[in-house]
Amino acid sequence: MNPAAKGKLSLPAGRDIKAVVSRDDHMMRWWMALIGVYLIVTLAMPLYAMLSKSVSTYRFDLQQFEFQVSDEAGDFTSPPVLASSLNQTLGAVSAQALNTSADGRLAATEFFPDFSFRSPVNYRIRGTSEQAAYLVGSSLTTGTEWTEIDSNTFRRVQLRPVASTGLGNFSTYFSTPALMGSIRNSLYIAVISTLITVTLAFGFAYALSRSCVRYKSTFRLIAMIPILVPSLLPGIALIYLFGNQGMLKELMFGGTIYGPTGIVLGSVFFTFPHAFLIISTALSISDARYYEAAVSLRSSPWRTFRVVTLPGARYGIISAAFVVFNLVITDFGLPKVIGGQFNVLAVDIYKQVIGQQNFEMGAVVSVVLIIPAILAFTIDRIVQRKQVALLSARAVPYQPSPDKKADSIWLVYCAMVSVFIVGLIAVCQYAALVKFWPYNLTLSLNNYQFDQMDGGGWASYFNSIKLGLLTAVVGTCIVFFGAYLVEKSNGFNTGRGLFQMVAMLPMAIPGMVLGLAYIFFFNSPANPLNVIYGTMTILVVCTVTHFYTVSHLTAVTALKQMDREFEAVAASLKQSALKVFTRVTIPVCLPAILDISIYLFVNAMTTVSAVVFLYSPKTTLASIAVLNMDDAGDIAPAAAMGMMIFYTNAGARILHLFASRKILKRTQAWRQR
Amino acid sequence: MLRKLLLAPVAVSLLAATSLAGAATELTVYTAVEAEDLKRYAETFNEDHPDITINWVRDSTGIVTAKLLAEKNNPQADVVWGLAATSLLLLKSEGMLEAYAPAGVEKLDPKFVDKSDPPTWTGMDAWVASVCYNTVESEKLGLSPPASWKDLADPMYKGHVIMPNPNSSGTGFLDVSSWLQMFGEEDGWKYMDALHENIARYTHSGSKPCKLAAAGEIPIGVSFAFRGAKSKAAGAPLDIIVPSEGVGWDMEATAIVAGTANLDAAKTLVDWSITEKANKMYNVGYAVVGMPGIAQPVKYFPEGLLDAMIDNDFEFAANNRKRILAEWQSRYDSKSEAK
Repeated sequence: MNPAAKGKLSLPAGRDIKAVVSRDDHMMRWWMALIGVYLIVTLAMPLYAMLSKSVSTYRFDLQQFEFQVSDEAGDFTSPPVLASSLNQTLGAVSAQALNTSADGRLAATEFFPDFSFRSPVNYRIRGTSEQAAYLVGSSLTTGTEWTEIDSNTFRRVQLRPVASTGLGNFSTYFSTPALMGSIRNSLYIAVISTLITVTLAFGFAYALSRSCVRYKSTFRLIAMIPILVPSLLPGIALIYLFGNQGMLKELMFGGTIYGPTGIVLGSVFFTFPHAFLIISTALSISDARYYEAAVSLRSSPWRTFRVVTLPGARYGIISAAFVVFNLVITDFGLPKVIGGQFNVLAVDIYKQVIGQQNFEMGAVVSVVLIIPAILAFTIDRIVQRKQVALLSARAVPYQPSPDKKADSIWLVYCAMVSVFIVGLIAVCQYAALVKFWPYNLTLSLNNYQFDQMDGGGWASYFNSIKLGLLTAVVGTCIVFFGAYLVEKSNGFNTGRGLFQMVAMLPMAIPGMVLGLAYIFFFNSPANPLNVIYGTMTILVVCTVTHFYTVSHLTAVTALKQMDREFEAVAASLKQSALKVFTRVTIPVCLPAILDISIYLFVNAMTTVSAVVFLYSPKTTLASIAVLNMDDAGDIAPAAAMGMMIFYTNAGARILHLFASRKILKRTQAWRQR
Repeated sequence: MLRKLLLAPVAVSLLAATSLAGAATELTVYTAVEAEDLKRYAETFNEDHPDITINWVRDSTGIVTAKLLAEKNNPQADVVWGLAATSLLLLKSEGMLEAYAPAGVEKLDPKFVDKSDPPTWTGMDAWVASVCYNTVESEKLGLSPPASWKDLADPMYKGHVIMPNPNSSGTGFLDVSSWLQMFGEEDGWKYMDALHENIARYTHSGSKPCKLAAAGEIPIGVSFAFRGAKSKAAGAPLDIIVPSEGVGWDMEATAIVAGTANLDAAKTLVDWSITEKANKMYNVGYAVVGMPGIAQPVKYFPEGLLDAMIDNDFEFAANNRKRILAEWQSRYDSKSEAK
C-alpha cells in the first residue's frame, strides 16, 4: 500500500459503485438465458436421459412368481410356493444370471429339476403383483390370477424381467470380452491414425509454409478435399482399390484391407484436413529473427528444426493430435464399411441398438465412448490455456528462401499426399460409373438410379440439401447471436461463464452418443417436445448442437476483434444495442458469419453418426443412404451418392467463395487503407 | 387482388384434399418389404379397397423392430404388414399385437399362422436361406460347389465364405437358429466352430453376402434365395445352392398393433392380406407364399426350395434368441483380427 492511499484511510467508506443495469442489458440477459435454455434442452437433458438409460436394468424378480404343482390326478393339494424360495433350495439360477436385458426370458422349468413334459402333473402359475409378467408360449400374461396349464405347455412358460435401476449393465459390459475388446481396438486405431496423420500433415504444412515449393495454392485446395465427403467414402474407395477384386490388390501381399489397415488408411484421409489446418496455423506464426539467430550461430538445419521450429509449433501439434484422436475414436461410418471383424466402440453402439434392440447396452457403450473423448478434449483445453503469445509486436514474418534440392523433395512429398487424396476420390467416381464391377466395365449412369435401391432414393439427396440449408441458416443465427450475447453483454459473469462452458461441451460428445441420447429424450411420450421426433426439425436441432462448438469459437474470435467501445459509444449516443448489432456488429463480422454457415452446411451434408438414429422414412439423408446402400451390398450406388455429396459441397464452397468476395468488397472496405 | 386470385386455387385444392381425407381412412403401416414392391402392394390393395389409404413407414427389419419397441408405450403404427415373424413374436411377447383371426385364415398353410387362438399374426411369404456361389471366382480358385452345410465347413473354403452376423442381421440369426434346430445344440455349435474357420468376415446385413458374391468380392455368400435370384437376374455369375440338410427360413408376416384407433380398417387390410389375390401378388418376388397351391415358380429361384424348408420353431427362436446371441458373441465375436 502506498502512502497516498494510507492518507485516505480515515475517510468513511462510501457506497459501492454499482453499474446500472439498463433496459438493453436486461434484454440481452433474457436472450442469453433463452439460448442457454436451448442448449440445455438440446444437449444436457438428452445426455441425462441417456445416462439414466444406462443404469436402467432388467432383473428377474423371483419374489413375484408363485407356482403350484398338482398331484398325478390333477388335484392341487400341495401349497403354492414362491419361485424365490424354490431357487433358494435349488440354487438353479445364480444372482448374476438374474440380471438380464429388456428382452430377457427365464424358463420356468429351471425351478423344477424333475420336470417332464410327459408327466400327468398340472401346473399353476401366477404373479404376486400386477407388474409380474410371464409368457405362455409367446403370449404375454400379467397379474395375480392363477393360470393353470398341463406339463407339456408348462415347458413353454418363460418369466419376464422387471425394470429397476443399478449398475448391472456396466458389470455385464465389463464381463463380456467381445465388448471389452472394442475399447482396446478403438484406442489402438485412434493412436496409430493420430501418429500417421499428424506426421503427414506436419510435413505438408511445413512444406507449404517453410519452403518455396511450387503450386502451393493447389496443394492447399487438395488438402481440404476430404472435409467435403462423408467419412465412409474413403472406405468404399479403399475396397475398390485393395479389396479382393481391387485394382491394386497385389499391393496388399495377401493381407486384407478389411480391418485395422483399412480403418487407419481411411482415417488418415478424412482427418488430414483437420490436422493440416491446425498445424499450418501454428507454423504460419513464426518469427524470422529466431532463424536469423540460428544461422548466425551456425546451427545445423536439423538443430534449428528441433530447437526453433518444433517448439514453436508444439501447441498446434498437440492440439491437432487430440482433434484427430477424437475424430477417429468417435467415427462410425468408416469402421462400419471397412472394419470387417475389427470391432470398435462406435459400431458396437449401432449393433446393440439396431441389431439387438438393446437400448440399455447401447447407452452403456456410449458412456464408455464418452470417456476417452472427454479426456482428449480436456487435455487439449489445458494445453491450449498454456499457450502464450509467441508473436510479439516486433516479430518479423519468416520468408522462406528457395532451395532447389529441398524444394523438389517437398514437391514430390506434397504430390504424393495429393495423389493419395485425389486418387481415392477419383476411384470413387470411376466405381460409381462402372456398370457391374468387375464383370462389366462399361460406363453408365445406372448406379445413379437411387430410386431402385435402399436408402430413400433421390429424395434423400434433396432432404440432405434441405437439412444443410436449414442447419446453416438456423444454426448461424443461434450460434452467432449466442456468441454476441456472451461477448458483449455487461455483468452477469456467472451466467456468461456457464454459457461458455455449455457451448464447449458438444465438441466432446461423439455424434453417435448425441443421436442415441436424442432418441431417449425426444421419443419419450412424456416429453411435450416429442412431436419433433421423426421430423426434419430434430435433424436440424441435432446437427446444430453437434457442430455448435467450432461455430461458437469462430464467432467469438470475430467478436473479440471488435472493440467494446462501440457499445459504450452507442449507449452514450442513446442508441439501442439492437441498432449497433444490426448496423455495426453484423456487417463487420460478416466474413465469420459466412464461414460459420458454410461450415454448418458442409458438415450437415456429410454427417452420419449423429443422425443415423434419428432419420425417419420421410427424412432420409444422402449420407445415410451411402451407409445403407453399402450395408445392403450396393457399393457402387453408395459411391455414386457419396460423389453427389462431394460435388454439392464443392459447389457450395465455390459459391461461398464468390459470395464472400463480393460481400467483403462491400462491407470490409474499411479494412483497406 | 392479384394475390387473392393466386391463392384461390390453393384454397380450393386444400378443401378438396380435406374432403377426400374425410372419406378415406388412413392407415399407418410399418413394413420391411423391399422399397420397390411397396407401391405395387398398395395399388393392388386399393383396387379392392379404394377407401383406405396406406401410409408406408419402411425400413430394414432391425430398424422397424427397434422403432416399434421404442414406441411401445405410444404406438404410432396401425398395422405391421411385412415384418419378420421372429420380430412379430417379440412384439407379441410384449403384448403389443391385437389378436385377430382374419377371414379365410384356415386356407393358409398352418406353418404360416401364429399358434395362439385367435392368432396374432399371419404369414405372407417365406424368406429362405440359401448359399450364393460365384462360379467365375470359384473356378479361378479351384473350388468345387458345396452341396450341404457340412460341406461348407470343409477347409477347402478357408477364407472364402461370408455370412451375416446374427447379432446385427435377422438373416444371420435365422441361419444360426436353423443349424441349432437341425443339428441339435451341441453339434450345431460344433458345426459353427468349424464354419467359423472358413469365414472371411461377418457382415451387418443379410443381403450383403450375396451381393458381395455377385460382385466377386468373395466366392461364397450365405444369404437368402430371394436376393440371389435378384442378383442373378442382374447378370451376376451366380449359382444359388440349397444345402441338402434343409434351410432355415423366416416369413414376412402381418399383424394389427394393439390399441389402434382404426381397428376396422386394420381388419379389412389384414383380411385382404391373406386373400388369393394378395398371395399371387407376393408370388411375383417370392417363390414360397402362405397359401398352398398358389405359388408359380419364380425365375432364377432354385428348385426344391419348399421341400428344403425346415420345420422352423419360431417360438424356440424367439425365446432363446438372447441366449443364442450371447453364446455366439462370446465364441466368434471376440476375435478382433480379421482373418
